[in-house]
Amino acid sequence: MNKSDNNIDNVVSEVAVSEQVTEQMEQAVDQISQPEQTAELKSAVMRERNMQTVTTKQKVGKIFVQIGLYLFLTIMALIVLFPFYWMIISSFKTLDEYYVNPPTFFPTQAFDIKNYAEAFTTGSLDILFFNTVYVGIVSTVLSLVITVLSAFAFARLEFKGKNVLFACLLATMMIPGELFTITNFQTVINWKWTETFTVLIIPFLVSVFYIYLLRQNFLQIPDELYYAAKVDGTSDLKYLWKIMIPLALPTLISITILKMMGAWNSYIWPRLVAHGDAHRLITYGLRNAFTPADGQMYDYPVQMAAVVMVSLPLFLVFVFLRKYIMKGVSRSGIKG
Amino acid sequence: MVDSKKQWKAWLYLSPALILLLIFTVWPMINTFIMAFSEGYNGMSAVAGEKFKFGFGNFAQVVRAGGPFLKCLKNTMLLCFITVPISTMLALLIAVCLNAIKPLQKLLQTIFFLPYVTNTIAIGMVFAVMFNVVGIHTPHESIGIINSVIVAFGGERVDWINITSSYWANMFVLIVYIVWNALPFKILILLGGLQSVNKQYYEAAKVDGTSRIRTFWRITVPMLSPMLAYVVITGFIGGFKEYSSVVGIFGEQMGPVGSKGRLNTMIGLIYDALETGDYGRASAAALILFVIIFIVTMINMYVSKKKVHY
Repeated sequence: MNKSDNNIDNVVSEVAVSEQVTEQMEQAVDQISQPEQTAELKSAVMRERNMQTVTTKQKVGKIFVQIGLYLFLTIMALIVLFPFYWMIISSFKTLDEYYVNPPTFFPTQAFDIKNYAEAFTTGSLDILFFNTVYVGIVSTVLSLVITVLSAFAFARLEFKGKNVLFACLLATMMIPGELFTITNFQTVINWKWTETFTVLIIPFLVSVFYIYLLRQNFLQIPDELYYAAKVDGTSDLKYLWKIMIPLALPTLISITILKMMGAWNSYIWPRLVAHGDAHRLITYGLRNAFTPADGQMYDYPVQMAAVVMVSLPLFLVFVFLRKYIMKGVSRSGIKG
Repeated sequence: MVDSKKQWKAWLYLSPALILLLIFTVWPMINTFIMAFSEGYNGMSAVAGEKFKFGFGNFAQVVRAGGPFLKCLKNTMLLCFITVPISTMLALLIAVCLNAIKPLQKLLQTIFFLPYVTNTIAIGMVFAVMFNVVGIHTPHESIGIINSVIVAFGGERVDWINITSSYWANMFVLIVYIVWNALPFKILILLGGLQSVNKQYYEAAKVDGTSRIRTFWRITVPMLSPMLAYVVITGFIGGFKEYSSVVGIFGEQMGPVGSKGRLNTMIGLIYDALETGDYGRASAAALILFVIIFIVTMINMYVSKKKVHY
């Protein structure tokens, strides 16, 4: 097909050049008095003008392409955002308005804040929030300590079988977690750990992926720093605390966020081992407290209010720490 | 030059991780095999000290005719093979478009990433509300926003997820939700890939007067192929482990009211067996799933080895 038509990015410079040429020619036409020559030059100018209209056409084409791109992206963005919008808007509707057909796109009968209060009490969200934050913080702190120590050993210390051990650890990453869950379920039952916080924190504390991530980061820190510190008589732990941790802080923040999000979103394991009220975590609590029994009508605005409250902390974390989340995610490919 | 004091120290640093991994990762790997091949292994009789005979009984139990296995496998496979191509192509399209614009790029990128930082179960409940038809034959009747849009365009309303819904209506809702959920990660990876493609290739194509379409297929796709392979492989692995999306929309009964378990998946099958204490059957199901994932990943790797330009 017409190759030059598609070659849009060249257009801008072409337009600039042809404008220059036309200008020069017009000046020349003004200066020259002989009519024959003028006619000849005029036709040359006309040719140039024709070329210019072709290039403006291309320029218009480029603008259309840009408009098309923005249009497509905006529509897709609206589709992506719509569930969030619907969640928020439904959470403020009164039950009567929720049942209006067709649905209103904005609450017309007063913003119903009551839904939030009701969702909070029916779902006992205070207990769920507390439990989840507690489990999240404790498991994140413990996980960070374990990860830092192991990554330090793999990155900086020398011992027999280091590489073999590291390869073995990486190999376990390929096995799906469900294979572990069955035996772990048995183990925690045997140890009478069910319905405790321990069972929610300990079994999945070690993540080989985090160790791998941090080790890679530690390896980038030059050896000279370590030897200089050794000469000064600094202990390993002090070196780790004063030099390595500050330098690897972005990775540690990524790990922290992913781990906290993991606690917030975990569903399967908490459901298996801690379904009692006392140790229930937020996701399981949400799904359970707001599932209508068969055939029963349910107060959906209240349910949506609960969903908003559960989603809100995640959004806040995202708004403030977007950079770390996206960096961590692009390297891991795991959710939570 | 490894002195023994250092050795001791390294193992000390590693000990918390290694102890936990031994208990909660290495032992479960071994034990899952033992249980899977111990015929009729279950919690109760194991505690009673019963001995189990080695064999394939658990596997036969899992795949027995008339059982839920084929249904779960079919659901999982369908979801996988439908959602992965759709979400990958859509993500590629969005990433290429994002890469071609300048103003608002960061804002749009952030919006497209938003579904990632959500709770699969919670937003599943929002999708359920959007597709829900509630209170038929009562004064309170709501057909939901999606049906309202369909009706506004002159269509017939559909029962998507309720008692009279069809299997394919259910699947449609699940597919929409899973694609919506899978887009952010894929866009992130593909856009990162696009931004790292050397601009010189495009310059060269421009000098040669190559068309846009040809540039896309001959430069963009090959240069992006490692990332494409990556999102397809992780997409398939994630797809075979689909579970939370179904729970989010349909609840733990894994199906619309009156059709319990209609949309159960392979992971659901494992947890059903686990909850009744049939550890042997759960282990066998988990191993079957593992083998399926392994084979599909190998096929993916084989195909991408032929197609990917590193």
